[in-house]
Amino acid sequence: MDLLEYQARDLFERFGVPVLPGRIASSVDEALEAYESVGGGTVVVKAQVRVGGRGKAGCVKLAKSAAEVAEVAGGILGLDIHGHIVDTVMLSPAAAIAEEFYFSILLDRAANGYLAMCSLEGGMDIEQLAEERPEALAQVSVGDGIDAAKAKEILTEAGFPEADHERIGLVLEKLWTAFKESDATLVEVNPLVRTESGYILALDGKVTLDANAEFRHSGWAKYHETSGSVDLERQAKELDLNYVKLDGNVGVIGNGAGLVMSTLDVVAAAGLELPGHPKPANFLDIGGGASATVMANGLRIIMSDPQVESIFVNVFGGITACNEVADGIVRALDILGDEAKLPIVVRLDGNSVEVGKAILAEANHPLITVKSTMDEAARTAAKLASEGN
Amino acid sequence: MAIFIDESSRVIVQGMTGKEGRKHTQRMIMSGTRVVGGVTPGRGGESVLFEEDPVPVFNTVADAMAATGANVSVVFVPPKFAKAAVLEAIEAGIGLVVVITEGIPVHDSVEFAAAAKASGRTRLIGPNCPGLISPGRSNVGIIPAHISGAGRIGLVSKSGTLTYQMMFELRDHGFSTAVGIGGDPVVGTKHIDVLQAFEDDPGTDVIVMIGEIGGDAEERAAEYIAEHISKPVVGYVAGFTAPPGKTMGHAGAIITGSAGTAQAKKEALEAAGVKVGETPSQTAQLVRDTIADMRRAD
Repeated sequence: MDLLEYQARDLFERFGVPVLPGRIASSVDEALEAYESVGGGTVVVKAQVRVGGRGKAGCVKLAKSAAEVAEVAGGILGLDIHGHIVDTVMLSPAAAIAEEFYFSILLDRAANGYLAMCSLEGGMDIEQLAEERPEALAQVSVGDGIDAAKAKEILTEAGFPEADHERIGLVLEKLWTAFKESDATLVEVNPLVRTESGYILALDGKVTLDANAEFRHSGWAKYHETSGSVDLERQAKELDLNYVKLDGNVGVIGNGAGLVMSTLDVVAAAGLELPGHPKPANFLDIGGGASATVMANGLRIIMSDPQVESIFVNVFGGITACNEVADGIVRALDILGDEAKLPIVVRLDGNSVEVGKAILAEANHPLITVKSTMDEAARTAAKLASEGN
Repeated sequence: MAIFIDESSRVIVQGMTGKEGRKHTQRMIMSGTRVVGGVTPGRGGESVLFEEDPVPVFNTVADAMAATGANVSVVFVPPKFAKAAVLEAIEAGIGLVVVITEGIPVHDSVEFAAAAKASGRTRLIGPNCPGLISPGRSNVGIIPAHISGAGRIGLVSKSGTLTYQMMFELRDHGFSTAVGIGGDPVVGTKHIDVLQAFEDDPGTDVIVMIGEIGGDAEERAAEYIAEHISKPVVGYVAGFTAPPGKTMGHAGAIITGSAGTAQAKKEALEAAGVKVGETPSQTAQLVRDTIADMRRAD
């Protein structure tokens, strides 16, 4: 779960990380109230969206008076940034920045641990820095956490003068506590700044929380993405389906994340050879069970995607028997009735595949085509989409 | 021969009295696994009937090991209690702990993976994995035993269903061991560990490695193969069509920035001399061709 900037700011504040005051607003009127509550003066108005490059998209702006706040906030609210509509802005007092640094803690998959990254050069795109001048980005593995000694090691490695170690080190220790206590997989501060008056502040933060840990954190419901996520993804989530919307016209349903990913690839490859290059429309993993209800829910979500022209159901019967899956498909089509209009190509393999195929043959449903291999079924589904069925 | 588990594996099931634990214990027993006990705190002294045979339940892993000589534990405990269960197995000194449970907080996985490593005697497989099977010898986890019999192919994969698919495609040849290492960002046993075990196993002639998007484990495996693996390796990578920033089902399957793409993994593997298939069935064909070449060379 990716937090919005203001949520990251709030979380930092809770753990004693120094941040600027920030107030959110969803309308011009609220922006004016927020302006007053942060004490007026010069403020920064920032769009609260989960996409990078806000500055370039004109979504971070200065305002020096109530009139300017109204104008700037009014301009940013409602903007479309790469498909994300801005419905919230945050107002913060403008800081007089002397220096910008970079600091982050993240999960280190290769080492089964955590990694701290730190640089004297903050504010810029860190991936670009890592690529162009890797020596400017210190990477220190964090075993049992960041205490004063570890903070000193990180800051020394990044080239901070010794005079800074204690003051900035304290902030790093607090960021570690925020990371650990919040079950985060990423805490990034970019930039971490020194103001002209010498204060250290976390000016912009990115936090990713581990959704698996929600059971031990009350109040994470507010972090669930409601704005910004695609409508169909939201509906699928409510039905407890593992669905990701993609930009294509062949709907895909399968069991198991790996097999579904593989199915998308096989469909895309088949599509390359056909007119209009049909592509997979979605990722949908219905898991092991594949009951009629789950199948019906899955088909319904896919069929309500207006781009979809054909559907490929690709199931390998491991624990689940294929006869149950076949039964699920037939009953799902019964449940959907006239709602079901798109051709469905089915490929079953594995446990009880013969019985499963017999059930589909007997049902003789006009929408269903059965193919015996994954490659063949993908070609058929792609062809149906290419012809606009 | 096989790796990690064989006829000598004496298996206990942590969480055997739960619904999933019971169901899969039944399946493991049916496929010939020597399940010698279950562990559920507070239920010690009871036993659970599988068909006609009672399997004893113990309060702790240590009790179960002392009474049964168990050397493998498989964990079906829910996410909330999984960390304690895995740490307990490690502290008891068991040789292999296989964590099937999905949805364990990654900070917990980091903690028990570190404990397993520090113990110097417990191998951790998983979490969020289908387990492993040495067909005809032992089956620990949820991989269906009927898909394929024994043979001389070794398989390592992050994904459960792709493991099943590949075993099914190659059932005419059979497997020494198939290991599902799991799709989480942090797993105890990585591709490299399994590759080395297959390299050392006289019962394995050819290795199939299935990867997917996210992280750089496949790239690391490619480097390792180039330097340390002499047996032929055939690869497959899933997720070419996955867009950056979207998690594809597995918590670990996400492309971040420029890292973790299927294309980069495929290129790294090919550079290491690994043949990489475009689809599961093409990959299976590459394995068949490799085996045919080896037979001709003999």
